[in-house]
Amino acid sequence: MSAKDLYHEAIKSLAAADTGHGRLEAPDGRATLDNPLCGDRVEMEAQLAQGRVAALAHRVKGCLLCRAAASVIGKRAPGASAEEIERLTADLTDMLERQRPPPAGWEELSAFAPVHAHRSRYGCVLLPFKALLAALRAARS
Amino acid sequence: MSFDPAALRRQFPLLAGDPELHYLDNAATAQLPQAVLDALVAHETHARANVQRGSYPLAEGATEAYERARESVRRFLNAGRADEVVFTSGTTAAINVFAHAFGARLAAGDEIVITRAEHHSNFVPWQLLRERRGAALRVLPLAGDGRIDLARLAEAVTARCRLIAITHASNVTGALTDLAAVVSAARAVGARVLVDGAQAAQHGPLDVQRLGVDAYAFSGHKCFGPNGVGVLWVRRELLESLPPVFAGGGMVGRVSLEETTFADAPARFEAGTPPIAQAVGLAAALEWMLSLPWAEIRAHEERLARRLLAALAGMDDVAILGPRETRERLPIVAFNLRGIHSHDLTQVLGDGGVCLRGGHHCAQPLHAAFGVEASVRASFALYNDDADIDALIAGLAAARRTLR
Repeated sequence: MSAKDLYHEAIKSLAAADTGHGRLEAPDGRATLDNPLCGDRVEMEAQLAQGRVAALAHRVKGCLLCRAAASVIGKRAPGASAEEIERLTADLTDMLERQRPPPAGWEELSAFAPVHAHRSRYGCVLLPFKALLAALRAARS
Repeated sequence: MSFDPAALRRQFPLLAGDPELHYLDNAATAQLPQAVLDALVAHETHARANVQRGSYPLAEGATEAYERARESVRRFLNAGRADEVVFTSGTTAAINVFAHAFGARLAAGDEIVITRAEHHSNFVPWQLLRERRGAALRVLPLAGDGRIDLARLAEAVTARCRLIAITHASNVTGALTDLAAVVSAARAVGARVLVDGAQAAQHGPLDVQRLGVDAYAFSGHKCFGPNGVGVLWVRRELLESLPPVFAGGGMVGRVSLEETTFADAPARFEAGTPPIAQAVGLAAALEWMLSLPWAEIRAHEERLARRLLAALAGMDDVAILGPRETRERLPIVAFNLRGIHSHDLTQVLGDGGVCLRGGHHCAQPLHAAFGVEASVRASFALYNDDADIDALIAGLAAARRTLR
């Protein structure tokens, strides 16, 4: 698996789209998570309505994979519950570690399948999801 | 002995076996020459036993090898005495041991001077000490050229200063520290100087007596030795005055129900079974280094650094961190390619066999001073050559195509 497989057009397009980038005026919860290995940082803000993500915004200082993952969140997470995001994060981890299929309804995540061959990069993909979970926990508390 | 990098490279099985590998991550870890591999295997095959305690020939032989390793370190550092050498698991452990031992006698308000250029291993231990002892930290900033701003020493080193803990060379910019100025400032107020030599030790034998410092730390794996061993050298009169840090076997004088007395240094600081084979391997690495023509090697490394710096300076999308000249620097060059994250870049270059490090290199305060989160680092060792730079430059072109 070469780096060219990793940095294919779908990943680059997701990162360039940067869907969900920005700030919310009145978030119910926010979280900032760092990747201790590289210093990447994801700031995630979320608003909840009836236990589901009503709106979110993120700001990412990170690699292409991290930005692409945040972009998928920006597109797909609105409408999801915290429990669904938690399950999704577990499924995504499985996809990366054990080459399982991408979580249903989040087909864009199949773009990250080549990351399986690069263990040191799993954290890059997962950081925005962990930040979203932390923001949702903050919102609920 | 004349210097030929290709001949040296052939002494490293990992490199000799893969001519397409361009290993430029030497600041993280250097490769092992055959002489060190042989010493490790020979020790574990024919001389493996615990040290200090056994009186049978095998154990006596292991003890002898371990203590000979201490003498090799002494020679490499040109220290006055072998019993000033404490074996640890690496530079990080060495600095932490010193921080705990030296810190035990600090009082609230005592000051420690560190710098913004430090590796986290020479930064965080002092922050923790500040919390434990109420000591104050003063941090020397970087100057405009990215070197430690030693012009601020007089301001930072007050009468309350007890220690200056400073790197011999930045693991990011490669900038060497003028230790004479540091020692002079410390002596003026009766403070001590601990030097993080993790990077400098890879680039030739040292002279701690000439440097005039009080303590020096370095790692085996960065100077062609094995992982899991490092050195804390401390001037004898200071070392003798320090309390133990870790407690256990080998560091005691006598243990009774009422009290424990402690062994003399260095045993006082080497609780438990030490890294014996690793120390033997380190000794082989240092003896190997001592046999090399360092003036020629340094000229070679400097030429490589100069060539890379010039190539990068000619690229309008590259920002170099720190000094751009080769004066007073190690052959370590950190940079960023505009719009491309360091990990993405190192991933693509890795595909072409170019081994670089991306990230903050455990130096986040330094990166923050440059206004970036991370960088890509190329670090040369004596076995690198122009083909490595050619591959790196070609890799940058490929990365631009792949990542933009």
